[in-house]
Amino acid sequence: MAEIRNYTLNFGPQHPSAHGVLRLVLELDGEVIERADPHIGLLHRGTEKLAEHKAFNQNIGYMDRLDYVSMLANEHGYVLAIEKMLGTVPPVRAQYIRVMFDEVTRILNHLLWLGAHALDIGAMTVFLFAFREREDLFDAYEAVSGARMHATYYRPGGVYRDLPDTMPKYETSKWHNQKEVNKLNENREGSLLDFLEDFTRRFPGYVDEYETLLTDNRIWKQRTVDIAIVSPERALQMGLTGPMLRGSGVEWDLRKKQPYEVYDQLDFDIPVGVTGDCYDRYLVRVAEMREANKIIKQCIDWLRANPGPVIVNDVKVAPPSRENMKGNMEAMIHHFKLFTEGYCVPEGEAYAAVEHPKGEFGIYLVSDGANKPYRLKIRAPGFAHLAALDEMSRGHMLADVVAIIGTQDIVFGEVDR
Amino acid sequence: MKTGLNHYLKTFILWELLIGLKLTGRYFFAKKITVQYPEEKTPQSYRFRGLHALRRYDNGEERCIACKLCEAVCPALAITIESEVHDDGSRRTTRYDIDLFKCIFCGFCEEACPVDSIVETRIFDYHFEKRGEQIMTKEKLLAIGDQHEAQIAADRELDAPYR
Repeated sequence: MAEIRNYTLNFGPQHPSAHGVLRLVLELDGEVIERADPHIGLLHRGTEKLAEHKAFNQNIGYMDRLDYVSMLANEHGYVLAIEKMLGTVPPVRAQYIRVMFDEVTRILNHLLWLGAHALDIGAMTVFLFAFREREDLFDAYEAVSGARMHATYYRPGGVYRDLPDTMPKYETSKWHNQKEVNKLNENREGSLLDFLEDFTRRFPGYVDEYETLLTDNRIWKQRTVDIAIVSPERALQMGLTGPMLRGSGVEWDLRKKQPYEVYDQLDFDIPVGVTGDCYDRYLVRVAEMREANKIIKQCIDWLRANPGPVIVNDVKVAPPSRENMKGNMEAMIHHFKLFTEGYCVPEGEAYAAVEHPKGEFGIYLVSDGANKPYRLKIRAPGFAHLAALDEMSRGHMLADVVAIIGTQDIVFGEVDR
Repeated sequence: MKTGLNHYLKTFILWELLIGLKLTGRYFFAKKITVQYPEEKTPQSYRFRGLHALRRYDNGEERCIACKLCEAVCPALAITIESEVHDDGSRRTTRYDIDLFKCIFCGFCEEACPVDSIVETRIFDYHFEKRGEQIMTKEKLLAIGDQHEAQIAADRELDAPYR
């Protein structure tokens, strides 16, 4: 009798649908997955260890680079943990700005996810459409922080700068005359808030477009419906969070269950799925984009009506204004102390979690009373999701693995950290 | 049975695919949003954090006083400064290097600088041809500052109320 052996296939790390540097060792029986073994660590940069050697504020920039498609949400988790230990409460305006940019980040993340997921499964157009909208949101990022992705904008005790009152504009060139440029600049005449409000008005229409292309599409449905079903019980046991958990029908969202910042004052819903397959998780994420849009709109209305400080008036934590620093000796001393030493955080530990676009992003911080963390543990949602990959892909076909990696919304920056 | 028949018909004529084609067809003939780089560029905020520059005062004197605050705050340890005291008693840098391969463009150096000397400009399109060119020396940084001083000063002016 001939010996029958399973076929072992290396998927990635250079495979375009491995979403970065995932190496999967697949054991195949024909074309059916018997076992999927994710190998991680190809993007390990040692963020947790690096953080132990840097003053608290200097780590903010490294948080952006964890999950590099939802930058400000990562920063939020980190600054929340520090604020918890310091006992600092940021001004309400800063809280609204943070919530607004968290939701902008959520849309950014889900747009990239939607585009990349659709591209993996065979729909090209959505990717191009999604990147058109991402461009507007990157402009908002740039206007507020100066960087299109790695913003380094949140600070313990608030945010670095207030929202700008002007938006940069297109300029005429040999390709576009004044009239065309005026049309392009229509939504850039006012402040950043006007620009974002115009976006929130347009965005639901764009989501309708993605749904026109995908939701009823028979190819899309064949590739996602009943693929990788996760029962609510198993989802909880495996530690899934975010849309992965809500897709299985568990109504769990940190924004509602343990509200941070001003989420308890905002009106929004948590979309949940029914069957827990890839298609449900797609529907949940699309619905989340619409909810995020609603939250941004509410934040814009509030921020318009309530000007005020955006960072705490505590020179031990936040640097004094530049004008003050240049004219006042004491402020100058605080400025120098803050940028050389930073600030000391009382001895103890804290865990702060935010509802990251991908799930629960937590920072566990241990301080020994010094000006840098004694230990910084990052709880990345993608890590738990990737651990569930084996169970989710067992019994499915090889081509479904691509759909499952896509539905998990894996980003290696946070898995490998 | 009307809906049943309707559903059957729609399935048969690939209805949802046609709807999708209609949408993509509309964009096929719509005006393109492509930006023809480098002839035209996307709008750039005055807060943009690009390539660094060192500035001078109007009288041509270097602003940098070698306080080394930027060196201390730099999370990536990309800045190296050496200084000496001049005959007139003023302290100036003899070496000011930024390693652009290490720099993460967080903007902390600009935030820390008490004399607005080190700044991040709007320049984002540059390249290196040889190993070692990524080290921005003091001369290179001052040259960028001299070349773009008008733009740099205008941008700081706009951002001053927020900082």
